[in-house]
Amino acid sequence: MKFGILVNEGPYQHQASDSAYQFTKTVLEKGHEIFRVFFYHDGVNNASRLTVPPQDDRNIVNRWSELAKEHSLDLVVCIAAAQRRGMLDDNEAKRHGKDASNIAEGFRISGLGQLIEAGIQSDRLVVFGD
Amino acid sequence: MMEEEGVVKKFLYVNRKAPYGSIYALESLEVVLIGAAFEQDVSLVFIDDGVYQLKKGQQTSVSTGIGVKDFSKTYRALEGYDVEKLYVDKISMEERGLSVDDLLVPVEVLDEAQMVELMEQQDVVLSF
Repeated sequence: MKFGILVNEGPYQHQASDSAYQFTKTVLEKGHEIFRVFFYHDGVNNASRLTVPPQDDRNIVNRWSELAKEHSLDLVVCIAAAQRRGMLDDNEAKRHGKDASNIAEGFRISGLGQLIEAGIQSDRLVVFGD
Repeated sequence: MMEEEGVVKKFLYVNRKAPYGSIYALESLEVVLIGAAFEQDVSLVFIDDGVYQLKKGQQTSVSTGIGVKDFSKTYRALEGYDVEKLYVDKISMEERGLSVDDLLVPVEVLDEAQMVELMEQQDVVLSF
């Protein structure tokens, strides 16, 4: 089965990102396919390269980057939601005259069309939110 | 297996939150607008405080209210994007003392059984 995943909340604030990660990991372990993981609303904050969580707890951002690398996952951050919340890649930073970018490895910024496409192309789109 | 070209799925957007006080309503609407270009079979459902999103007379400017952009007229623009299937939950409306006359756009009122039936028919359910 092909799954699309939507993450609507930021790291640590809500359970959504943890649940999405565990679900995604298990889907892959069971031999299914992840078409795309799309981050919307505060979910875009899961892509921040600047998080420094306590050492004795899970590193949510890194976990996503590592899983993406291991399974060649497509982690997409919504451009509109990202702009609102100050999540920028180098391109976006330059375009808007900002002096820094902060996207972690394995994530890419793109449009909402990628979410709709995930809904169309996947057998199931699973939403993780509050 | 379905062919890639011309796949049309039933997309349902579930809205349960008030229009202001959080960003879920606005950003949900943004997905609907972008999604319209993909020509899918789209329905919008408003439940709980989500019914307030469609209420007439929203006053949000600095002088009249909370100093936030009023995006309510965007719901009227949906028709122009071929998004016309809007449903509200009967009990949610009644609990809030609202009738369809209080709303900006034409909607169909569904009771719980009808809402369940509608949801069962969907291929993709997006909830914000």
